[in-house]
Amino acid sequence: MTADRRRDVIVAVGGVLLALVPPIAALTDQPFYLDLFRRMMIFAIAAVSLDLILGYGGMVSFGHAAYLGIGAYAVGIPAYHGITNGFVQLGLAVAASALVALVIGAISLRTSGVYFIMITLAFAQMLYYLGISLETYGGDNGMRLAARSRFGGPIDLAQPSTFYYLVLAILVLLLVAGRRLVASRFGMVVRAAKANEPRARAIGFSTARYKLTAFVMAGATAGLAGALLANQTEYLTPDFMHWTRSGEIMFMVILGGMGSLFGPVIGAVALLLLEDVLSAMTAHWQIILGPILILVVLFAKRGLFGLLAGARVD
Amino acid sequence: MLTRPVLDVRALSKRFGGLQASDRIDLEVVSGETHAIIGPNGAGKTTLIGQLAGDLRPDDGVIRFMDRDVTRLDAPSRSQLGLARSFQITSIFPELSALDNAALAVQAHRGSSFRFWRPAREERALREPAQKALESVGLGARREVAAANLAHGEQRQLEIAMALATEPRLLLLDEPVAGMGLDESQRMVRFLATLKGRITIVLVEHDMDAVFTLADRISVMVYGRIIATGPPAEVRGNVEVRRAYLGEDAC
Repeated sequence: MTADRRRDVIVAVGGVLLALVPPIAALTDQPFYLDLFRRMMIFAIAAVSLDLILGYGGMVSFGHAAYLGIGAYAVGIPAYHGITNGFVQLGLAVAASALVALVIGAISLRTSGVYFIMITLAFAQMLYYLGISLETYGGDNGMRLAARSRFGGPIDLAQPSTFYYLVLAILVLLLVAGRRLVASRFGMVVRAAKANEPRARAIGFSTARYKLTAFVMAGATAGLAGALLANQTEYLTPDFMHWTRSGEIMFMVILGGMGSLFGPVIGAVALLLLEDVLSAMTAHWQIILGPILILVVLFAKRGLFGLLAGARVD
Repeated sequence: MLTRPVLDVRALSKRFGGLQASDRIDLEVVSGETHAIIGPNGAGKTTLIGQLAGDLRPDDGVIRFMDRDVTRLDAPSRSQLGLARSFQITSIFPELSALDNAALAVQAHRGSSFRFWRPAREERALREPAQKALESVGLGARREVAAANLAHGEQRQLEIAMALATEPRLLLLDEPVAGMGLDESQRMVRFLATLKGRITIVLVEHDMDAVFTLADRISVMVYGRIIATGPPAEVRGNVEVRRAYLGEDAC
């Protein structure tokens, strides 16, 4: 079986398994799993968006959780004031994250390497402290989400499985669009800029504008994930934006396999599953999680997806 | 000469700390000529190329390309005007195939790249010119090979193919035969000879066989200054040049 085929099979099997979670959870009377997998997929959306710039663009953004927070507050703050229309909230989440990403990107993309990592981290921490200072919205304690987003019609987020399938649909759409994107003209330029920026500029690409566009797209997508996360937890705190959360998202990408789009989905599922299983066993679960992550990074350079899919395609 | 220069450099100066890397350089490259720039290591040839390509800002002086002042333009803008280059140290997109490498060069000059949906590899308008560029340097059969897996000489050829795929008016070649074996370098020189007259070329090269085979005119650089410019025979006979660079036994 070719690597290409193998990848398609893994993706198809993964998709079917995710689609089967609600009926299985219902049959086994374990609604908790619905909740857990929905959470995984929301983080998968954030991780896939990071992979777009990290895996394909070589931009090590260490502040990706900032957009999760912006997206969450874009749901929470309107809801606090009685605006519960989901289209408005999600639109706001995407627009606000895109705008913030535009500002952060325009400044931080002037640097590279360690400086880029530090600047994106600093911006995210700034937003984290901004969240803490929002006394009206709970300050550092955060606040309960007044009501889940309302979309009208059959999309009712109060229905756990409806919410689940909405998240799954967004994830699938994101993966399909992402596959197109990385193979498009735009995607090729971003990859070329990662592989060899002086060369990309020498053949005539003003790389900065392509990188900034990708950075904004990734931020907007992570903002959408944040809006979903607020609905998932029904509670939002500045912790959504803490740098450790940014690190977690980055780890999902690396664990699953950078530059593969599907890998980060596996990474998100694996990391949250490990957290769940290990934390049930011991309070010191991070002591076990750490070495596992180190082993994966050392021995599976292309992540879990690389292990499963075999030879690199593309 | 009757033709207006393609490239017209006036009083170009660049200083790095205490080192005057470019010292009021005047250089005219006319349409269709192959103009070689030679000089000992540290003479400032690479600094000159960097300024011509737009990677380095000169401290002073003017660079005109195709009758336009490009002194303040960055590298991508100059590429869009028709200035292509190869690098001294091989510079390619290693993970992508040879054809992808060339297709990217075509893409940069053909339509917008803010297209997000259609697969670039299915665009015949990109693939066909890219394939032609590969064939012109003799890499037609190697198109599917990842650039990283090409032999060193092939990578140098790929660089030239990428430069040609942008349909340049001026080609800056920074030591195109550096690090090549005798066979490879002779093949490269033969290939560059086929470009002569069709494309204006600025050639920086240490290999004197290549220079004297290809160049219509030669400029000699020493300590950031151009000390002589002329046809190969004249430069070969120039006493100052011989002393500074070629060595007494060079003729």
